[in-house]
Amino acid sequence: MRLAQHMAVASERVTAVAIEATEFPELSRAYRVSAVPKIVINDRVEFEGALPEPQFLDAVLRAVAPSAS
Amino acid sequence: MLTERDQEAVRKEFQRLQGPVKLVVFSQELVAGELCRQNEQLARDVAALDDRISVEVLNPAIDRERAEAYGVDQVPAMVVEGARDYGLRFFGIPSGYEFSNLIDSIIVASSGETGLTEATKTSLAGLTGDVTIKVFSTPT
Repeated sequence: MRLAQHMAVASERVTAVAIEATEFPELSRAYRVSAVPKIVINDRVEFEGALPEPQFLDAVLRAVAPSAS
Repeated sequence: MLTERDQEAVRKEFQRLQGPVKLVVFSQELVAGELCRQNEQLARDVAALDDRISVEVLNPAIDRERAEAYGVDQVPAMVVEGARDYGLRFFGIPSGYEFSNLIDSIIVASSGETGLTEATKTSLAGLTGDVTIKVFSTPT
């Protein structure tokens, strides 16, 4: 199961955007994609590779936290 | 585009479908003709495997308002829509690794039921701001 998509279905607040990096080289460069999967949340929190559900959720919550952490 | 074996595997997965799902495909010949055609074909091949799946093709240059409403500004793109628009977007052809993600997204969108834990669902229900999760991947 891909967590981003399931979270999108679970919450009206969440949108999951899957991007095929080789077809969008400019976008991939802009987000400095060097390894995949690379996850970027609200252009604010990012990580590479798969994370277990609790850590993924934590990244989502950090991305919407009032002040940068 | 799909092998016999792919089709058989996906048909089996689709036994779990709970309701109708629409694949809204965005194509623009002048921008990325070949890739858009492949993306469209993939959507049609998947939809052909189950009556509950339908395909609608839009051109973002013509169907501007709808493209904007879906937040689609690039092609090829695909939106997976169930009872409502759950915010499932695919930019680029969802082949290879992304293909299984597409199939899983269709199944989840058909019911609105996710595989997330109750703790995660509770946390997500408390979100007060919008969240966009971009996942970059490659076909292999």
